[in-house]
Amino acid sequence: MKPSTTPVTAALGRNNSTDNPDGGHRPPLQALSRREFIRVTTLTGGGFMLSLTLPGAAWGQVATALDDTTKAFTPGPFIKITPQNIITILAKNPETGQGVKTSLPMIVAEELDADFSTVVIEQATLRTDVGAQFAGGSRSTPDNYLPLRRAGATARAMLIEAAAQTWSVRTDELTTDKGRVIHAATGRSLTYGELATKAATLPIPDEKNIRLKSEDEFKVLGSRVGGVDNPAIVTGQALFGMDQRLPGMVYAAYEKCPVYGGKVISANLDRIKRLPGVRDAFIIEGTDNINGLKPGVAIIADSTWAAFSAKRQLQIVWDESAGAGHSSADYDARAAEAAKAGGKTVRSDGDVAAAFATGKVVEGAYFYPFLNHATLEPQGCTAWARDGGMEFWTTSQTPGSGQQLIADTLKLPKENLKLNLVRGGGFGRRLANDYMVEVAAIALRTGGAPVKLTWTREDDMRHDCYHRPAGYHYLKGAVDAAGKISAWHNHFVTFGYKNTERTASGAGLSPDELPARFIPNYRLDQTIMSTMVPTGPLRAPGSNGLAFVMQSFIDELAHAAGRDPVEFRLELLGEDRVVPPTQGQRGTPYDTGRMKGVVRLAAEKSGWGGKLPKGEGRGIAFHFSHSGYVAMVAEVAVTRDGTLKVRRVTSAADVGPIINLSGAENQVQGSIIDGLGMAWLQEMTFDRGRAVQSNFHDYPLLRSTETPAMSVHFIQSKNPPTGLGEPPYPVVPPAVCNAIFAATGKRIRHLPFNKTDLSWT
Amino acid sequence: MPSYTLKVNGQSRRVNVAADTPLLWVLRDNLELVGTKYGCGQGHCGSCTVHVNGVPVRSCQMPVSTVGGVEITTIEGLSPDGQHPLQQAWCEHDVPQCGYCQTGQIMTAAAFLKNNPSPTEEEIDGAMAGNLCRCGTYLRIRNAVKDAAVAIQKGGSK
Repeated sequence: MKPSTTPVTAALGRNNSTDNPDGGHRPPLQALSRREFIRVTTLTGGGFMLSLTLPGAAWGQVATALDDTTKAFTPGPFIKITPQNIITILAKNPETGQGVKTSLPMIVAEELDADFSTVVIEQATLRTDVGAQFAGGSRSTPDNYLPLRRAGATARAMLIEAAAQTWSVRTDELTTDKGRVIHAATGRSLTYGELATKAATLPIPDEKNIRLKSEDEFKVLGSRVGGVDNPAIVTGQALFGMDQRLPGMVYAAYEKCPVYGGKVISANLDRIKRLPGVRDAFIIEGTDNINGLKPGVAIIADSTWAAFSAKRQLQIVWDESAGAGHSSADYDARAAEAAKAGGKTVRSDGDVAAAFATGKVVEGAYFYPFLNHATLEPQGCTAWARDGGMEFWTTSQTPGSGQQLIADTLKLPKENLKLNLVRGGGFGRRLANDYMVEVAAIALRTGGAPVKLTWTREDDMRHDCYHRPAGYHYLKGAVDAAGKISAWHNHFVTFGYKNTERTASGAGLSPDELPARFIPNYRLDQTIMSTMVPTGPLRAPGSNGLAFVMQSFIDELAHAAGRDPVEFRLELLGEDRVVPPTQGQRGTPYDTGRMKGVVRLAAEKSGWGGKLPKGEGRGIAFHFSHSGYVAMVAEVAVTRDGTLKVRRVTSAADVGPIINLSGAENQVQGSIIDGLGMAWLQEMTFDRGRAVQSNFHDYPLLRSTETPAMSVHFIQSKNPPTGLGEPPYPVVPPAVCNAIFAATGKRIRHLPFNKTDLSWT
Repeated sequence: MPSYTLKVNGQSRRVNVAADTPLLWVLRDNLELVGTKYGCGQGHCGSCTVHVNGVPVRSCQMPVSTVGGVEITTIEGLSPDGQHPLQQAWCEHDVPQCGYCQTGQIMTAAAFLKNNPSPTEEEIDGAMAGNLCRCGTYLRIRNAVKDAAVAIQKGGSK
């Protein structure tokens, strides 16, 4: 196999910005390459089979070549180079749409100095020798950046050593480029494949002696690389969670109590078992673990449709007592009472009462609702119980935790549970493994047949394992005569899971949350209401509600002070410095210089300050989360009768050096759509412990017609690179709401804002 | 189980399924054409879009009993080599994130461009409005459709 002759470097874009006001200019991606026509199947003998699908040939018409891997160079789990010069890089983490199947191997390829366009990417299964394999907390980049660079650099050093021995020259006479070791003095070069057999015999050098590249030597990192699975995705060949096909496979559906925590009393199993296409139906008792195996009725059938049809005919008597008193209206009423009664003081700096007495005071009651993850692929999983173990094809974001959950719940030896990691949208939903333990429990009852469990959309909407919790913030703030924030008092009314002492997952508010630490008189009170609705992480947990509240109320105070919202924020952030977390708090140090940098850049790129007519407006917001600094300016137009058009969103982010510029921009663009949809349209409500919304008609996603122009910018600071899947998302709602205020004078304090009349005169 | 003969991607396929089985599940479970996705089962999301006689339809809303004798095209049959201008443009613009909706998006776009070979951006957004993308790739979809329209015009009808 010949290496690609595509002049990759010529196609690399390295600029830091993309303006898409009219959807126009964009530097090109790396050209389509050999890798994109290659599939790799691991063979039982340890070799692998390359299936080539060439342009011009029909999909499925493949040439195959067996490759002898016994002589392959495999310095650790991440890299395999065969004498035939096939370079394979392992993609270690679950791909949930955040792009790590492309970006993490790019990091390895950079230090290996391989031609990324010719590298074969292999998705890892769950294994024990590659470090933690999970997708969450925007951690993939920061946790793996240095280890993967070292893995690539170590392999490169060994290949250089192999070449030095081959030619009897010193290693410092050798360089590398695009998968070759080069001896410039004599004009000789060898491919990594030609050196693989010798390199495989060398000792692995001490990591401490391995030199990493300096950033100005980077060829792959910072460029635009298309997702490695794109060719498969656009042809329907990429297999997602519910696309797995296995011999003799049967299909399952699982009905759970519509009330969270409800239990099965009885079901019409005899009738269900007689329905056409149904093989079995049975009750699963489940456990009390709300993130684990929940009670329900399983149906095993010959097809998904037979299972779904039978599921609709289930008549189940449930114990729904857990839901009594848990309706959204109950929560609203209890929050309003709590607001009057006052809460428990969590933090108190200075004297807010004194500042309120002398300053200009603003008050506002803010609310954001419960949310659903609503991955477009409903939950589901395929499992095959055989030989005393079980194999899974799973979209889990936390496969290791899933493996442990199944082992604990079903008393199966963990080492006998094999997990294949399959791509699928996450947004935090698949941090839970409830659907995986369900299919595991069902797979024990299929007589050895593999089984695919598919949730209906309604299952998915009503059994989001945990929801983004709603939150109520009763705010009072003041500005002094100098036009600065002099006091801020927040009474945060939030939720605890079946208790009133500890906040539920995703329902906390750090006493360090901005503007704490940035103003002299600050007080945070808190009331915790008990809920039985499970809550948990959804894209940028905590931040995704808090940024709306804080950045909107800062805007209210700027308006009260008669100040420009950008200047007001820069002043709040103060001098360039790193603000440490308050003693005893776990927060990350806050670099005001980095935040001011993105605020200024977003303002500048958005045309901030230019006059707009009534009915049009710009709004700014910033937020720090998951180690990322993000600011955005939204520009909106609102007609007199209240029809909103979000014209443009300008984003500036500092997450350190960018790994894959195309992927990074995609995450920001997607966050803008996601954040806009959340703020505008989305709300989960509950009635006696059951979710009211059931599908996309009552839990809408934003549609293409509402796509604003987007302008995405990065400040590639010298700080260590951090993740980008989450930090942009929380910034969108307040930027848009602040723009709506600028356009109409209407302050949005309640999400989603589709309930707010935006008309103006 | 009644028997149905379907014409899918130019091939005649015989299946034995319940009469009310949506085409979606026949494609996925019986014919193993899993590029057509299940998203909502109610026609809200467009993930299951296929062509019936060239017209984009929601396969989750079409009982198998109603699709005898029509030409069904799925993403697997859109192009013989996976190189439809839309598929190329999707790669060139690096559209997908999770990727789940993208086959439905491409099928909608392919039918649209046949009827409107040089659309405006507003027309593209309008035509694509029935296809949800949870990851929010609409801007890239719009740009990819625009480029594909130009490529189709240059290359003749494909």
